[in-house]
Amino acid sequence: MTMPDPAPTTLDRADSRLHHDDSLTGAVHAFVARMRTGDLGILPVAIGLVVITVVFTALNPVFVAPANLVNLLFDCATVGFIALGVVCVLMLGEIDLAIGSMSGLASAIVGVLWIQAGLPIGIAIIAAIAVGAVMGLVYALLLVHLGMPSFVSTLAGLLALLGMQLYILGSTGSINLPYASGFVHFGQLMVMPAWVAYILALVPGVAMLVTKLRVARRRRAAGLAAGSLTLLIIRVAITTVALVAAVWYLNLGRGVPWIFGLFVAAVVALDYALKRTKWGRSMFAIGGNREAARRAGINIRRITITAFMLCSSLAAVGGVLGAARLASASRQAGTGDVNLNAIAAAVIGGTSLFGGRGSAWSALLGILVIQAISNGLTLLNLSSSLRYMITGAVLAIAVIVDSLARASRQTHGRG
Amino acid sequence: MAEATGGRPQAGEVLLRLTGISKNFGAVQALTDIELEVRAGEVVALVGDNGAGKSTLIKILAGVHPQSAGRIEFMGREVTIDNPAAALSMGIATVFQDLALCENLDVVANLFLGHEMNPWQLDEVAMEVRAWTLLQELAARIPSVREPVASLSGGQRQTVAIARSLLLDPKIIMLDEPTAALGVAQTAEVLNLIERVRDRGLGVIVISHNMEDVRAVADRIVVLRLGRNNGEFTAEASNEDLVAAITGATENAVSRRSARHAARHPASEASA
Repeated sequence: MTMPDPAPTTLDRADSRLHHDDSLTGAVHAFVARMRTGDLGILPVAIGLVVITVVFTALNPVFVAPANLVNLLFDCATVGFIALGVVCVLMLGEIDLAIGSMSGLASAIVGVLWIQAGLPIGIAIIAAIAVGAVMGLVYALLLVHLGMPSFVSTLAGLLALLGMQLYILGSTGSINLPYASGFVHFGQLMVMPAWVAYILALVPGVAMLVTKLRVARRRRAAGLAAGSLTLLIIRVAITTVALVAAVWYLNLGRGVPWIFGLFVAAVVALDYALKRTKWGRSMFAIGGNREAARRAGINIRRITITAFMLCSSLAAVGGVLGAARLASASRQAGTGDVNLNAIAAAVIGGTSLFGGRGSAWSALLGILVIQAISNGLTLLNLSSSLRYMITGAVLAIAVIVDSLARASRQTHGRG
Repeated sequence: MAEATGGRPQAGEVLLRLTGISKNFGAVQALTDIELEVRAGEVVALVGDNGAGKSTLIKILAGVHPQSAGRIEFMGREVTIDNPAAALSMGIATVFQDLALCENLDVVANLFLGHEMNPWQLDEVAMEVRAWTLLQELAARIPSVREPVASLSGGQRQTVAIARSLLLDPKIIMLDEPTAALGVAQTAEVLNLIERVRDRGLGVIVISHNMEDVRAVADRIVVLRLGRNNGEFTAEASNEDLVAAITGATENAVSRRSARHAARHPASEASA
């Protein structure tokens, strides 16, 4: 009648209602179950990228040529930085609509201070980023002290910053940056030597292996289940092989751009901050349930201020890199579809418009999708009118997927 | 968090003594001359009709708003509680009715929200171990601490909220309507939980409208009516006495109803 005592279990596996399967099939089943309940993660983006690649390659094989992909990565970094900032404010359920203008103003500041005023480039860049930080502080203070919705304050900022950009550029309207300078080289030409790129491609796998093994050892020592070693090795192997293959392929062209490397480094840094620090935990909490966060003693004002300052500063960084990429600071910088592309990238990559859900990687994945579409349509010689329409449709689809997944998560009790 | 820094109070020692607590919101006198005593290792139920001032009293103790007049003594010293952080650091924890959990975060993250271990590199392993230990001490049935809170049932969420309030090692824990939204089994689980918290030597204040739950768990029942003390009972007090104290009359809707019921079903009333 009595059941035999099961083998001694770890602290977190004692409850019989939980399913545990550390085998490979178990991992696959868990993955399918997550997808079905609306916990989509990066799956929609991954599928989107594959579809985009297949379609554009069929229409014009140049699309997957290494040279074109290298160009694509050069283009990703500028708007990518802006999208990274957008992730921060979206996480709180807020928005910054002035990021495009901010990036335009930042490129104008660099042009004016560096070329017209003759200051060192480093000072010009720091000044541009500082202006971004101040603007973010202004939006945040308007929000936390006056209760002004970020939607409105940043809409005002959009116009004001655009005016500022036109004002400081003056009648000339456009400042050309010297092609021979290291700054423009960084934006247009500088690629990693092959050996550096290969070493960097090995880093994520090694880092994953080392940290996961250390965590597993600590968990076992503490009496918690540690997860399967086989799965970890498979994941490390897949990551490493994919990255090395990508580097090899890009090296058939010019190689991996440094500017893209800088962007990925920023993504990794923000990812760490969001997932592994108290600040990031507070960001998720405020986006998920503001009142609960307040009662838990989280300083909502301070977190909101840091998020907006980070967003505007990253938009300024994007603008500075945009100036390097185009070798000019012009009235057109930051206008047009920059705003929409940055917000779209964050949402397409999987950061929810409703707050409390997302990751820094969504900026990288989203911007890859946006730039791939833009690049592919340019290769097909389609005008910007069509490009805008198609990008708009992609954004709409991404938001629909976000809303549906959210509804599904709620019915399946997954927040 | 760390184990209790000071020694645990002895069972029966008076933790909290309120004398002459009054609170007015403008012209409205919400509380008048309230007296209340809470000892270590006892459950005090605070009952009263809507508007009797139960929640106002809880909010004063939680530091949400200060009293207009009166003394609060905590562990023998007179104290002022002017904000929620002060109440928490003093050792008064509150579980509000709406629980205030973040549904998008998992149980561990919710338990430690605002008090994470190692802010610059969150110590997930240590936090998870502490979470399991705490939940096991409460004999709480949470299947996994790594599932988002959205996937938990009402009773499990209540458990998480109570566990969270215990994390900072309080001396007193206040629960506002802990069983209001719960089913039969879940209510029983929460009542068990309250008893276990009491057995750990904490003082517990429970607000409830449910007389059955109150009698099942309370050592003393303090009745408030229109912002004043209106009697103190033990768990053995009869329903009629309690209801009379709450409504302020022996002749009331509840007594009339039971009289009507008794007239119609004399047999069942006699056997009950």
